[in-house]
Amino acid sequence: MSGPSTYEPQSGITRWLDRRLPIIRLAHDSFVAYPTPRNLNYWWTFGAMLSLCLIVQIVTGIVLAMHYVPHINMAFASVQRLERDVPFGWLIQNIHAVGASMFFLAVYIHMFRGLYYGSYKAPRELLWILGCVIYLLMVATGFLGYTLPWGQMSFWGATVITNLLGALPLVGESIKNWLSGGFSIDQPTINRFFSLHYLLPFVIAGVVALHVWALHETGQNNPVGVEVKSKADTVPFTPHATIKDLFATTLFVILFAVFVFYMPDALGHADNFIPADPLKTPPEIVPEWYLLPFYAILRAFDFNIGPIDSKLAGVLAMFASIGVLFILPWLDTSRVRSMRYRPIARQFFVIFAVVCFVLGWCGGQNPGNILFKVAPFEATLNWIDGGQVTERSIQASSAGQWQEAADAAREEARAQGAAMTAVIRTGATTGTIRAVTGGSAQTRSVHGDTADLLEEHITEVKEEVGQAAPFFSIERSSPARFTVTNLSLLLTIYYFAFFLLILPILGLRERPERVPDTIAKPVTGEAQGAS
Amino acid sequence: MLRAITAAAALVVAGIGVAWAAAEAEHPEEYQFSFLSPTGSYDMAAVQRGFQVYQQVCSNCHSMDHLAYRHLGERGGPFALYMVRDHETGQMGPHVGRPEHGGTFVEVTDNPYVRAIAAGVTISDIDPNSGQPTDRPGRISDHFRRPFPNQIAAAASNGGAPPPDLSVITSARHGGARYVRSLLMGYDGEVNGTLHHNPYFPGGWLAMAPPLAEGAIAYSDPETPQTVEQYATDVATFLQWAADPHMEERKRLGIVVLAFLTALAGLLFLAYKQVWRGEAH
Repeated sequence: MSGPSTYEPQSGITRWLDRRLPIIRLAHDSFVAYPTPRNLNYWWTFGAMLSLCLIVQIVTGIVLAMHYVPHINMAFASVQRLERDVPFGWLIQNIHAVGASMFFLAVYIHMFRGLYYGSYKAPRELLWILGCVIYLLMVATGFLGYTLPWGQMSFWGATVITNLLGALPLVGESIKNWLSGGFSIDQPTINRFFSLHYLLPFVIAGVVALHVWALHETGQNNPVGVEVKSKADTVPFTPHATIKDLFATTLFVILFAVFVFYMPDALGHADNFIPADPLKTPPEIVPEWYLLPFYAILRAFDFNIGPIDSKLAGVLAMFASIGVLFILPWLDTSRVRSMRYRPIARQFFVIFAVVCFVLGWCGGQNPGNILFKVAPFEATLNWIDGGQVTERSIQASSAGQWQEAADAAREEARAQGAAMTAVIRTGATTGTIRAVTGGSAQTRSVHGDTADLLEEHITEVKEEVGQAAPFFSIERSSPARFTVTNLSLLLTIYYFAFFLLILPILGLRERPERVPDTIAKPVTGEAQGAS
Repeated sequence: MLRAITAAAALVVAGIGVAWAAAEAEHPEEYQFSFLSPTGSYDMAAVQRGFQVYQQVCSNCHSMDHLAYRHLGERGGPFALYMVRDHETGQMGPHVGRPEHGGTFVEVTDNPYVRAIAAGVTISDIDPNSGQPTDRPGRISDHFRRPFPNQIAAAASNGGAPPPDLSVITSARHGGARYVRSLLMGYDGEVNGTLHHNPYFPGGWLAMAPPLAEGAIAYSDPETPQTVEQYATDVATFLQWAADPHMEERKRLGIVVLAFLTALAGLLFLAYKQVWRGEAH
């Protein structure tokens, strides 16, 4: 693609160097003379931003590691000390924390761009797969890094994620204990997480080098999705792409700076400012925003599928949701790359993007939250007002016969005219029965919007009736309802259907619009204007 | 069919927005703290008064482990000392807080206010000669005195749950300083055993008795009302400063950085236009 090198050493020193280590030639061929499609739009500038993010994270991370103490009792305080006492420590810490979010923001746009313009199709399959590897490593690094400040969300997030792996059959428990270095998240965990968090960014850097290598071998895809055919289709990387990348990256850095300087904690969770407490589970455990869609997929299954229990189903679906990206080049059967010329696929793509957003929203909600229900939660309370209460003990001959003895006692009480009875078991074979005779039967119905509110109303009625009634019989009924979990399941089904059904089938059935013959034609030819 | 799916999806999304009923605690009361706006700074007089409220009331139960007395007198702290030239006499005089026009910052080691605050506290330590436990006056390098010798003692004295550390409490609670202010003002007098009702507290019942009462803390400034509302506002301001002591520096630097980046983006845009001029794309 790049063709023969056009680099000409200009001075004696560069000629000397070029014969021994042609590193300037490599840089020149890769970043100066490299031919770039002339029709690239701004969606193609995120690669530059991602390189910047990686460098920023590594540089700030190395400084942070000089002050951070990976110890369960000192980690939280060491981050506080860093922010308060280290010169510009607050700035470095903010950049690193916000930087993780910016990194994911850019990578998601980069991935959606690849998806829309078909950048994964031949001959760029490996380029795409290497990108997926980078993304997977980023997820791992982000998760490990979020654990290090040792706040409540760090600790409980780590607990939830390592427990997930425990759901795998046979090997799960071993993997879980191996990862956390013990039977729970503790000192060995923080040590190894710190070590891995320091290691993985350099692995990412290595895979990025492969990613760029593969890119320069196949050349960039472009918005129309046809290959470069002649020199008329391209412009040299420098200055054309360089200056555009610099401009777009500066805009990205402005957004970055707005968060760093004015909303440094907006993307985090308040609970992570509470030091980790293994004895106190927070009311909600949520990962950082960039992992919420996968968290929703994980929790979308509240039922067992045959031999697979719901927890394992969620874990498998979560891994499969990233795994499916790896085989995408062979799932999409369309010969047209760019969805610009695929009117139906484009609509499914928009739905897919919306589904990913709503999955993210679901991941941040309590899974039991009710979105719609056909009726309120209802309960009917029955009690006897002003009756005579008698109490006597029940003795069963053996534990197995307890039920019979209790039923017999109840029958007997009924026969003696009791309007209501209550049996309380006090031991394996012993218990008491209380019966109310006389009085007047009362009944009342209450309803509430949630199960919790219903219980509150029931308690209110009990308090209102007070001592007048010795006990109540309560019948509760829950309405049919649609919860966040149900919505997550629907969205998860679409997520997988998009890759496994829609793209393979649509590629064969869809009639694409006319694709231009060359890159240059639509931009230089019939005055169609810029894209 | 696709349009129908899209429309249905839009309906679902819209429905979700409506179906949301807040269950937990009441939202904190709106209050326009000076530090909330993008360029806003701390009301340092309020931070100073809030520190007094913390010292006299909160610190009996709540630690602030991550703060040292010296932090009070460092740049951006409520007792930061500057030497400022008087316009009329030409004499240099001390000035607490960042002056509007130039002044020389006095290092915290030479700050008499902070030294006095630290010296007024008794710190438990080990005697360097005998190795025995001993009490000594505080130094500016000491972290805020802990009310209890350890977490177990803190829990035992407070019905089993240790009072939370307040160093970053405004970051650690949804609603931040507004939550703290509302909570302190929000007691409605309902008591159930050892629990007190407060609509702003998640769950409604908390073990902390109403800590503030009208006139309980004597402010030296006669202008400032000595009401529960004023105390709550001041201590919330102090706690916000404690959680985010570099906020003013951060916002000041942010303006410079954003101005630079904007100018850079403008220049790069012009360069981009120049490079791509005559290049169809």
